[in-house]
Amino acid sequence: MITYLFKRLLEMVPTLIGITLISFFIIHLAPGKPTDVLAELNPKITPEAREKLEKYYGLDKPIMVQYGMWLKRVVKFDFGESFSTDRRPVMEKIWDTKQPLLERRLFITFMLNLLSLFIILIIAMPIGIASATHQYSLYDKITTVFVFIGFAMPSFWLALLLMMYFGIHHNWLPISGLKSMNYESLPLLEQIWDRGRHLILPIFVSAFTGLAADSRFMRSSMLEVIRQDYITTARAKGLPERTVIYKHALKNALLPIITLMGLSVPGLIGGSVIFENIFGIPGMGQLFYASVMTRDYPLVMGILTVGAILTLLGNLLADLGYMIADPRIRAK
Amino acid sequence: MSDYSIKKLFWKRFKRNKLAIAGGVVVLALFFIAAVAPFISPLNPNDIDRRHILEPPGAGHLLGTDDLGRDVLSRMIYGSRISLSVGFVAVGIATLIGMLVGAISGYYAGWLDRIIMRFIDIMLSIPTFFLILAVIAFIGPSIWNIMIVIGLTSWMGVARLVRAEFLSLKEREFVLAAKALGAGDMRIIFGHIMVNSLSPVFVSAVLGVAGAILVESALSFLGIGIQPPIPSWGNILTLGKDNLEIAWWLSVFPGLAILITVLSYNLVGEGLRDALDPRLWGSGE
Repeated sequence: MITYLFKRLLEMVPTLIGITLISFFIIHLAPGKPTDVLAELNPKITPEAREKLEKYYGLDKPIMVQYGMWLKRVVKFDFGESFSTDRRPVMEKIWDTKQPLLERRLFITFMLNLLSLFIILIIAMPIGIASATHQYSLYDKITTVFVFIGFAMPSFWLALLLMMYFGIHHNWLPISGLKSMNYESLPLLEQIWDRGRHLILPIFVSAFTGLAADSRFMRSSMLEVIRQDYITTARAKGLPERTVIYKHALKNALLPIITLMGLSVPGLIGGSVIFENIFGIPGMGQLFYASVMTRDYPLVMGILTVGAILTLLGNLLADLGYMIADPRIRAK
Repeated sequence: MSDYSIKKLFWKRFKRNKLAIAGGVVVLALFFIAAVAPFISPLNPNDIDRRHILEPPGAGHLLGTDDLGRDVLSRMIYGSRISLSVGFVAVGIATLIGMLVGAISGYYAGWLDRIIMRFIDIMLSIPTFFLILAVIAFIGPSIWNIMIVIGLTSWMGVARLVRAEFLSLKEREFVLAAKALGAGDMRIIFGHIMVNSLSPVFVSAVLGVAGAILVESALSFLGIGIQPPIPSWGNILTLGKDNLEIAWWLSVFPGLAILITVLSYNLVGEGLRDALDPRLWGSGE
């Protein structure tokens, strides 16, 4: 197990280098330069000043050299300085150690995604199981409709509708940010309640599409399993249906879901740009949006790399989960 | 025998799936709307009318007006052109690349296949939406750029699909026979194997159109996609967000249009999948 884990972690290194190499090339070879943005803000900037700036950032060097320099620093977890006027290190922008944990951008995005994965799992599982055990019933048909709508739902539209209904029409839930203006003056219990209320809509929105996909997957996976001989055996020896489904069938039906969860990580991270933008959440997605608008190369690369690492870790966790759940693979 | 021809069998199965037929009708209707947009839209989509800004749906403007007094219905009718063309061109690019890469990978196998598969794994680990966002923001948000970038970042699924088909088909008798008759690689790849692996590619392309439409509308919504004054469903929704408290119609209608379009493509795609899968034929006939 430990050897396997170690081997997998080692395998991640060339993949990660591949990802950063491709991203770096695409980003740096796109027409235009970061100094274009500066020139837009300050039309009086002289060509000499621009050149000096490009030299300062190392943008005048061949792209392979630039990538080499970048990689050398990243090994030490240093993503360089942001191009923006504050010149802060990229790492500090993503993971500001001076801030409390709850205020750090990476932590915010990570927690939101983790929470929505959790919500997806605990809601999609029972929905999918019930659909499978009651195939072609009215319930099954209703959930199928829900699943198709879920697949087609633009998450940002769902967000707007929920904001309109729960936030503006009824004023039940806050629609922006992660805490209220008067947060600091609240007693602890109310602070927790306040944070929870702010999370309801963003997490529901980010979980919605995954919910549809996973419950559908759970259904088909369960349908396949309950047709197997060993399920018939379990029923034949007189086990109650509940035991058959939740003890014998569920374990095997869960296997493909674990893989699916791992694969859904890049989609969730990508989606965070959209819902952090809508709900005004100060996470990594919001920062990424700002960084591409100003062509802040180091920041763009830093966030892409962190996103890729999270994706690879998600895949690794899925594989480990698979191993724990399936003794046949563990034996290999 | 003609009653059992592939086409008839396919049509017979597809026809039974009422949801897929409904989806197909909606898709055709959208094409029609996009084609005749200038003739059916009640007003010019870019006509600014400052006396009638943010008017709710009513007799003069069936779906209301936006913050510049432009007719929302007309803008949505023209917006359908964007969604359809982005969907088709992006998927066309992705499908072509995917077919080519998958064919090479599956047919030649060996080290080339290993490199290509590795590359695909890498591409799948990049949060694609981040990359699309960055590239479009850098090269500028024209409709062609959007189509190309979405196409270039979504071919991996097709490539895997085609590769799997090639791996399973290339040792079959009909391919070996063609080889024995002296057919060249190109002829075997395109004339013999590719034609036999088209149906799953077709299904994934139809489903891909739905995905591309969602990505385009998300980009436009974020302000990095189709730029006003060119109307797209996504950028009308941006106005909806900006005027959320006063103009519900700017959010509700374009979003509904995206939902219905994407839903229809998905229904058609699922229907095609079921109808094209020979393993399901004969069941329930």
